[in-house]
Amino acid sequence: MPVLKADFEACQGYGNCLTGAPDAYDIDDDGVVVLLKQEITDEERPRIEEAARSCPVSALTVEDS
Amino acid sequence: MTEGPTVVVVGSSVGGVRTAQALRSEGFDGRVVLVGEEARLPYDKPPLSKQFLAGSWNAERVTLLTEAAADKARIELRLGVAAERLDVAGRQVVLAGGERLDYDAVVIATGAAARPSPWGARSGMHVVRTMADSECLQVDLRRDGHVVVVGGGFIGAEVAATARSLGRDVTVVDPLPAPIGRVVGAEVGAHFAELHRRHGVATRFGTGVESVEGDVGDLRVVLTDGTELAASTVVVGIGASPNDGWLADSGLLVENGVVCDEFCRAVDAPAVHAVGDVARWFHPDHGEHTRVEHWTNAVDQAVCVAHNIAHPDDLHAYRPVEYVWSDQYDWKIQIVGRPHRATEHHLVGDPAADKPRFAALYRGREGQLGAAVTVNWPKALVTCRRLVTAGAAFGDAVTQIDALAAAPARTVATPA
Repeated sequence: MPVLKADFEACQGYGNCLTGAPDAYDIDDDGVVVLLKQEITDEERPRIEEAARSCPVSALTVEDS
Repeated sequence: MTEGPTVVVVGSSVGGVRTAQALRSEGFDGRVVLVGEEARLPYDKPPLSKQFLAGSWNAERVTLLTEAAADKARIELRLGVAAERLDVAGRQVVLAGGERLDYDAVVIATGAAARPSPWGARSGMHVVRTMADSECLQVDLRRDGHVVVVGGGFIGAEVAATARSLGRDVTVVDPLPAPIGRVVGAEVGAHFAELHRRHGVATRFGTGVESVEGDVGDLRVVLTDGTELAASTVVVGIGASPNDGWLADSGLLVENGVVCDEFCRAVDAPAVHAVGDVARWFHPDHGEHTRVEHWTNAVDQAVCVAHNIAHPDDLHAYRPVEYVWSDQYDWKIQIVGRPHRATEHHLVGDPAADKPRFAALYRGREGQLGAAVTVNWPKALVTCRRLVTAGAAFGDAVTQIDALAAAPARTVATPA
């Protein structure tokens, strides 16, 4: 199954990922991304991949497990 | 090679690149050709006034699409060649040199260009739009001397902050008394003006520029009140205009951008789509044609257009809530919605504090939360972004953000 990865140091709290995939990404009180799940299905991959690509600092990726 | 339908994407900045990538995510299996005027690999523009200009990020760090990534996604790169004409009836993009690319669908993503200096072009005068612009300015900013930034909007403010961080003396000039005020309102805008002063950057707001004289290292900026500012470098950041001139004889309706329907298809030309700064599409929730020059809009619109090309039987209307960020000095500024359309606002937190954390919430015309501006407070921003999207009542939004502001204090007070 595809796996979600995040670069927590790079995250700047822009929050674009939450718009496209609020089921996969959230943000904590310090403004850093939180992964709401580790693995995703192939069906939801396109939508979550597009949300990951909306990160202005490329902190998010979807990788093949 | 399999011959499927072909999508030609014209423009290799973020809108074009993300459209090409999203076509694959959406399951489009035909050819995808990405045409870009610049020979460089596609790159991201926000860092050009910040980290890239400061020299802390290099070209590799701002690359949007490597050759390997393009190969993997089967995106054919045609870089270093401008699109000169669009033949709508013949479904062809005409490139400089005369080559014609056939398309089944075309995406116009040619962006916008920096508005040129109305005071002439002199050595030592800069705009900041392309990587080459940023590289040229970087060379001049490394020299000692006074920097005058004309234009106190986002680009001007970011360049001023970067120049200051490099140790330069900086003055920002703008004819408006509170330049960011045209976006966030006069009262909140005044805090943005104060931010410059707090960081040792002089402002001449409410004063225009009459002329610029001299050359690099010895420029003189003459203001409308008669005063003269000596400068070694002048940066002009006075907005942008859409790159739609190449479409002049296409027959498309072009009026301050390519005019599109709510599905981002050009009027009377459904195989033509537009994305990003160059698109003026009908926003169904605003009830008017809208053109937005922000990064997030280009990315979101790219996904919508890719979907509509890949799934013509399931067209999505594009109805985004506006979002933009700007990093200036020690402020991380985030804006959601359209604050300039608001009737009143409510402040949570103290903008005058040292490295403050605050939010300004704006009441829309129907009593909803119409917009929010946050500084150093991403959690409040994402909360407001959800509330604006949901059409939440202004009063409820104020209650929620007030509670968010109080939350850390309550956590501290709770015994372990």
